[in-house]
Amino acid sequence: MTKIRNFSIIAHIDHGKSTLADRLIQAAGLVDEREFRDQILDTMDLERERGITIKSNTVTLPYVRPNGEEYALNLIDTPGHVDFSYEVSRALASCEGVLLLVDASQGVEAQTLANLYVAMEHDLTIIPVINKIDLPSADVERVKEEIENELALDSEQAVLCSAKEGIGIEDVLEAIVERIPEPRGSVNAPLAALIFDAHYDSFRGAIIACRVFDGAIKAGDRIRFMSNGAVHKVEEVGVFQLRREPRKELKAGEVGYIIAGIKTVSDVSIGDTITLDENPASKPLPGFREVKPVVFSSIYPVSSDDYPSLAAALEKYKLNDAALVYQKDSSAALGQGFRCGFLGLLHLEIVQERLEREFDQSIIMTVPSVQYRFTLDTGETVTVENPQYYPDPVHIKSTEEPFIRASILCPERYMGAVMKLCTERRGENPRFNVPTPGRVEIIFDMPLAEVIYDFYDRLKTVTQGYGSFDYEITDYRQSDLVKVDFLVNGEKVDALSIIVHRDRARSWAVQVCDRLKEEIPRHQFKIAIQGAIGGKIIARSTISAFRKDVTAKCYGGDITRKRKLLEKQKKGKKRMKMVGSVSIPQSAFVAVLKTDKE
Amino acid sequence: MSALPGLYVHVPFCRGKCAYCDFYSEPSEALAFRWVDAVLREADLYKDLFSRFDTLYLGGGTPSLLSGEDLRRLLTGLRERFHFEASAEITLEANPDDVSPDRASLWRGLGINRLSLGVQSFDDRMLRLLGRRHNASQAVAAVETAREAGFSNLGVDLMWGLPEQTLAHWQSTLERALAFSPEHLSCYELTLERGTPFHQRALRGELSLPSEEESRRIFTTTSRFLETRGYVHYEISNFARGEPFQSRHNRKYWHHVPYLGLGPSAHSFDGRRRWWNVRSVRAYCERLEGGATPVAGEEVPGPDERRLEALLLGFRTREGVPLHLVGESHRVRRAVEAAVADGLLALARGRLRPTLEGWLIADRLPLLFD
Repeated sequence: MTKIRNFSIIAHIDHGKSTLADRLIQAAGLVDEREFRDQILDTMDLERERGITIKSNTVTLPYVRPNGEEYALNLIDTPGHVDFSYEVSRALASCEGVLLLVDASQGVEAQTLANLYVAMEHDLTIIPVINKIDLPSADVERVKEEIENELALDSEQAVLCSAKEGIGIEDVLEAIVERIPEPRGSVNAPLAALIFDAHYDSFRGAIIACRVFDGAIKAGDRIRFMSNGAVHKVEEVGVFQLRREPRKELKAGEVGYIIAGIKTVSDVSIGDTITLDENPASKPLPGFREVKPVVFSSIYPVSSDDYPSLAAALEKYKLNDAALVYQKDSSAALGQGFRCGFLGLLHLEIVQERLEREFDQSIIMTVPSVQYRFTLDTGETVTVENPQYYPDPVHIKSTEEPFIRASILCPERYMGAVMKLCTERRGENPRFNVPTPGRVEIIFDMPLAEVIYDFYDRLKTVTQGYGSFDYEITDYRQSDLVKVDFLVNGEKVDALSIIVHRDRARSWAVQVCDRLKEEIPRHQFKIAIQGAIGGKIIARSTISAFRKDVTAKCYGGDITRKRKLLEKQKKGKKRMKMVGSVSIPQSAFVAVLKTDKE
Repeated sequence: MSALPGLYVHVPFCRGKCAYCDFYSEPSEALAFRWVDAVLREADLYKDLFSRFDTLYLGGGTPSLLSGEDLRRLLTGLRERFHFEASAEITLEANPDDVSPDRASLWRGLGINRLSLGVQSFDDRMLRLLGRRHNASQAVAAVETAREAGFSNLGVDLMWGLPEQTLAHWQSTLERALAFSPEHLSCYELTLERGTPFHQRALRGELSLPSEEESRRIFTTTSRFLETRGYVHYEISNFARGEPFQSRHNRKYWHHVPYLGLGPSAHSFDGRRRWWNVRSVRAYCERLEGGATPVAGEEVPGPDERRLEALLLGFRTREGVPLHLVGESHRVRRAVEAAVADGLLALARGRLRPTLEGWLIADRLPLLFD
């Protein structure tokens, strides 16, 4: 009988996780050399472009040991970014062990630590793997020291490999089989399967990726989702082997997929437990929770006619990204849309890009915001994450904003630059650790609002890519906040409003006014753009009127051509948003979000 | 205005290519004989669709290059196939260096009663820059010769917005033209057409062209100046010394009156359908010789398209557009009020007429009401 091992790979970005996964897939014979593409598991274009794993994929690797024993190794891929810690935790909850991948020249990084803690919380067997040992800059001994000192793991147990060169892959496979425990659980107990991922297939409905802890599931079973009680009939079960391979059943210990013709995608939540309707488990598997967003932004369709299609796309998207929360929103400038909550700014960007690429939506997103707290003169406290609901300042007694503990790891030589950046972003109370000589961990208390916008990009720039960043929300602190509005020819563009610290209001307003001036095309009248706090103008720019646009000649042959040109312009105009009599292109809303080039 | 259709014949021959021109032409008139036959064959195709015209316009290209014999065959052939009103306006576009006393009287003899002279400038340097064949003294001689031959309806084409041209320089050009009291003046701003040598030079930054402000000033000054000298500014680039001298043929284009275009690259409109011919002279001749049609494409504009055309054409003329064509909805009404308040249009007797400010942005005017 085939034995099972369930494992995941955790690593810092760039430490070679995808390359190792690809090698394991290749070693298992799931693809031949000709089919082999780099980073097979990172299927989304976005992931390949950015070189990071955004959505986890799963693959069942058949493995025959040298002694002839047959194994099914379930590799559960995890997203590689701090924003996705909940998804990471659900994936890890489905494993018995992890490969902790460390780059032989980079050593242990902040994120390695963060992921290790999650793995430890789940009581997993941890196998340190030192990758890229073929690089001239590899320093295996130093990395082993870091593994001992910083991770408190036995470095003698570390497996050495080079995924790129295919060195040590056999050792990795043997370590998985030998050291990771066999899954426990009883086939005879009532079904309990953990959903750790899902995506939508337009023909089959929801494709649920799950780990069966107890019991067994097969086509024809009626399954129940324990968090909401929804019941569906199973059409197919199987395992992922780069494509879906149907099986007769999935049973305790196994990892695979379930298709149950689920079109109401909101029924499926990552972290939920699936059981059988007739013979349910007494309680769900632990760890299910509603994810808490920290960054908020509104999404509007470029053309208001596309609102229903955006609504459908978001519903399908949500199935694959449990972390996204949203509700209806509306704007005088942009019409009907959705207020969305994200785990962080990367999450926001990914949602935006995937909606555009995979769901073919043309969207406008508003400036991201955090959740602010206002105490009113009535004594009541209100939480506001949408500038539209900013309370009347007359009644605000005090304001608070969320603070984080920001941890930045970087080589010592960038300390000055990082300190400067953090101080600019209202960082307070700096602390330092020196985990290894030459590297420093800088800790600041910072407002979350200061990092959600472009902090990570700036950090990458000032540390030339060497800085890594992690944060946790700690508390709410008193702050002096104002709401900045933008007016185009006197009409407020509500979608551009922002709640911001008073000290940052003017520079923000100036920047937005300049951006809008660049992006809004000239009209036949002058356009005044203003940034204002209440009735007070704090920034302005002007777009001069176009004064001349006329073709000298128009005779018989030009009529069709000129009319077609006008029709094209008309179409372009339809894609713009009208504010009063000013047409604002989508690019203007996007430009406001762009990182300042310095 | 007459609702009778107009006839256009495209004469696709030029001795050389001007540096700014993107009209279709062939460098050789050797094909002219064959071309006349082909045009007459094409005319045969439309004998049922069109019967009477009150304008004939020979444009190009360079119609004045045609030999007397070719021109005679062409005009005789057209008259055999169609009826032209006794008062028909018959225009020939002529290059100044083609206008000799002999030719001028020949043209008169063939019934041509309106000459449109491509003078462009009275400055030799500018003419060379434009790649024109003639010089300033030939231009002067041409106008005088035409007058002596008895042309009492004379149009002079001029160009402004030339590289390094000042307003004063342009005004002196106008003065030189006015000395001949032409019945008609076309004042075209130099347009950079893609693919022309001028366009390429402008892209390379070699041409010092007037700024937006300067060209605005030239346009408005020209209009006011010519109006004081008795010319009616009846279309963006066209002025006439009184209503009878407005180009009757060109006005048909601007007022959706049908027209038949014969010759390579010519466009036609029968009041419903638009069609256009192949561009190459050879392909045009071969098709007709083989009994095939030279039509390269066609379309039937729908109501929305017709309306857009009416706006784009109407706003180019002094008469403007009837208000009902613009639209009656509340939104359109508001846009109209705004355009009037902005001084782009004037509303009088149920028509929206462009002001000079409006003409300066004529290409945008139709978009204000959507």
